[in-house]
Amino acid sequence: MLEFISRIFGKDSSPSKNVARERLRLVLVHDRTDISPQIMEALKSDLIKVITNYMEIDEAALEVSLDSNENQIALVANIPVKGMKRSGSMAPTGA
Amino acid sequence: MSEVIVVTSGKGGVGKTTTTANLGTGLAAAGHKVVLVDADIGLRNLDVVMGLENRIVYDITNVTDGQIPYKKALIKDKRYDGLYLLPAAQTKDKTAVSPEQMRELCDELRQEFEYVIIDCPAGIEQGFKNAIAGADRAVVVTTPEVSAVRDADRIIGLLEANELREPKLIVNRLRYNMVKAGDMMSIDDIIDILAIELLGVVPEDEMVVITTNRGETVVQDDKSRSGQAYRNIVRRIKGEQVPLMDLQEGGFLTRLRKFMGLK
Repeated sequence: MLEFISRIFGKDSSPSKNVARERLRLVLVHDRTDISPQIMEALKSDLIKVITNYMEIDEAALEVSLDSNENQIALVANIPVKGMKRSGSMAPTGA
Repeated sequence: MSEVIVVTSGKGGVGKTTTTANLGTGLAAAGHKVVLVDADIGLRNLDVVMGLENRIVYDITNVTDGQIPYKKALIKDKRYDGLYLLPAAQTKDKTAVSPEQMRELCDELRQEFEYVIIDCPAGIEQGFKNAIAGADRAVVVTTPEVSAVRDADRIIGLLEANELREPKLIVNRLRYNMVKAGDMMSIDDIIDILAIELLGVVPEDEMVVITTNRGETVVQDDKSRSGQAYRNIVRRIKGEQVPLMDLQEGGFLTRLRKFMGLK
């Protein structure tokens, strides 16, 4: 009902076509590259491996995706940090 | 000069066959010699849309197998002298024809006809590869929905990978009032996403269903908006510059005039 009223008064914050356009835009960024979901998963687990050497992260909430604007593609990672590791426990870099 | 044009979409049900029938009829009505080729083997439909389903004796596979010359399989349209249909086979599958055979067939047809229009099956498999094999250019049909636009994008990529450069887009079944309300993607949205040249926009129109029920094409209907849209597309295919029609659904007076047959 509230939604109905807000529609009447034109206060609908995001018309459904904007949602459609944005979802399409993102799905096409993936479609147009040859990066398979398996590769994205592998990238994700490698990222987790590296980052957990330095920080405690929420692995379940980690999101890695592709985005684009104009003619550039970006790798976007959203990695919630639970806590920083103390410098003493930091893994040695390199061999 | 003759041209082989494939009408494709990726997704099914967006109006490939209806578009093929209307473009072909429109071109024939403009005095051109046209053949429509139904490449959807196993799911023959262009014949019923054209209202020619009772006249089929031979089909495309009889021609590609070399059993008969193509002229024997052609069905002449009821209304236009220069319009012919080469029907698909209904009992075989897509593997009954190869891309090489299609290429040969198209080259033969272009000797005789000014326009060869191929109705491509949905999907991206063998049937699609066959349908595009002999084409000079491609028309991609989509509707303003996420699924159809996504598939159109995939098809555009595949067409370009197969040397069919610069395909053109027809947006079918556009509902102006929904676009205005922000509940349907606009032409600009779709063009922006697909980065492709627009060939035309066909508004959603009950007359498409009504004419198809009768085995007729809406392009022959002077009063309908979708018919007008198809006539514009036909002129653009012929190389004319035609502005997009006003998609706004008519007000009360327009509707009244239309009702009284004053157009």
